[in-house]
Amino acid sequence: MTEHGVILLYTTSSAMRAEKLLTKENYTVKLVPVPRQLSSDCGIALRFDWHQHEQVRSELDKAKVEIDAIHRL
Amino acid sequence: MIYLDSAATSWPKPPEVLKAMVDVLERAGGNPGRSGHRLSIEAARVVYDTREDIARFFNISDPTRVIFTSGATHSMNVVLKGLIKPGDRVVVSSMEHNAVMRPLRSLEEQGLVLDIVPCAPDGSLDVNDIAKALKSDTRLVVTVHASNVAGTILPVAEAASLARRAGALLLVDAAQTAGVLPIDMQAFGIDFLAFTGHKGLQGPPGIGGLIIGDRVDTSQVEPLIRGGTGSQSELEEQPEYLPDKFESGTPNIVGIAGLHAGINWIMDRGIETIREQEKELAGALIDGLSNISGIKIYGTHDPEKTVAIVSFTATGRRVSEIGLILDEDYGILTRVGLHCAPAAHKTIGSFPEGTVRLAPGVFTTPDEIKEAVRALEKVVGS
Repeated sequence: MTEHGVILLYTTSSAMRAEKLLTKENYTVKLVPVPRQLSSDCGIALRFDWHQHEQVRSELDKAKVEIDAIHRL
Repeated sequence: MIYLDSAATSWPKPPEVLKAMVDVLERAGGNPGRSGHRLSIEAARVVYDTREDIARFFNISDPTRVIFTSGATHSMNVVLKGLIKPGDRVVVSSMEHNAVMRPLRSLEEQGLVLDIVPCAPDGSLDVNDIAKALKSDTRLVVTVHASNVAGTILPVAEAASLARRAGALLLVDAAQTAGVLPIDMQAFGIDFLAFTGHKGLQGPPGIGGLIIGDRVDTSQVEPLIRGGTGSQSELEEQPEYLPDKFESGTPNIVGIAGLHAGINWIMDRGIETIREQEKELAGALIDGLSNISGIKIYGTHDPEKTVAIVSFTATGRRVSEIGLILDEDYGILTRVGLHCAPAAHKTIGSFPEGTVRLAPGVFTTPDEIKEAVRALEKVVGS
């Protein structure tokens, strides 16, 4: 079973931007509701394959997408 | 029927716009980014894709600096009420619409100092007069990109560089030019661009935007309204992040989808093609009206220096009477009066009577212009 991680972003726009960017680079990502155990935020977060977390973080850093937090699920 | 009121709102809309508006409710009817289910995410995608295309269309690198509003009036209120502090000076042209003048006059009562730069009777603005009006405490320069009364295009890029040199910011009212004239935020050096979706951009009414240039420190701009953004919900304070800071409440996704289709339609057709077409139509109108005795045309009379807006009066005739005859007897739809811009009418010398305004659009044909000119020969000649 795939081990997932989740990226919390500050705005819906950043989440959309991150999704678009990572999909284009062939990462398997999915927008999901923010897991309640991680944040009381009502917005969306981006789920990804945890084994790629380093690459994912560096892609987002490169594109200057501000990350709130990255968690392993 | 001949529709010559595109400066009020463009009509008809491209069929793609109507289709996109129905489609978004059927396919992506969730609340964007709020709920996290598929319909919510689809809606968020529509909003974000539109933001990206708007950023591309007006050449700005960061799509989060595209703020959706209800239209140009709303956008200008965000900047004027959010940025200006008592004691600040604002330089403004004498051709502005009430969307700018009314918020400014209200702020004047709270201590704003207004420096109005007079334009020439043809509506044109000499940038040297802006240079003279700029002072060390000028916070903002506001100028319309093209007059909604006379069509005259104002030199916004030159105004931007003067404002920049004086340490002021520039707000451009692009209500009449977005979708009609090429606008490059970065090349022109515009700090705030206020636009509406329902005119040149071919979208529906109720949607527009404010684009904030890279140079603007948005912590200096207070939001006009505060509320839910779908982000940082644990906080009862408004987030500082863009675009959320300025976008509280459920966005108008139907309007956004229509605007997106309108912008794509323009990009497919090419804004240069649209500009050439409008120059021809404006030129034909100016030529045709020039040959009718008793008609006085306002503005520059030069299609290169104007958008497709032609204002006129006729000796001894009320503008309201001309407008009514054109509508009832000839099916020609125009707008008469002051066009919500008393300052502009005072500048061109048509206050308080106003003018008859003819504003063709992308769907107007040269034959329709000929027919309108023939009708005016009869109406004004009789």
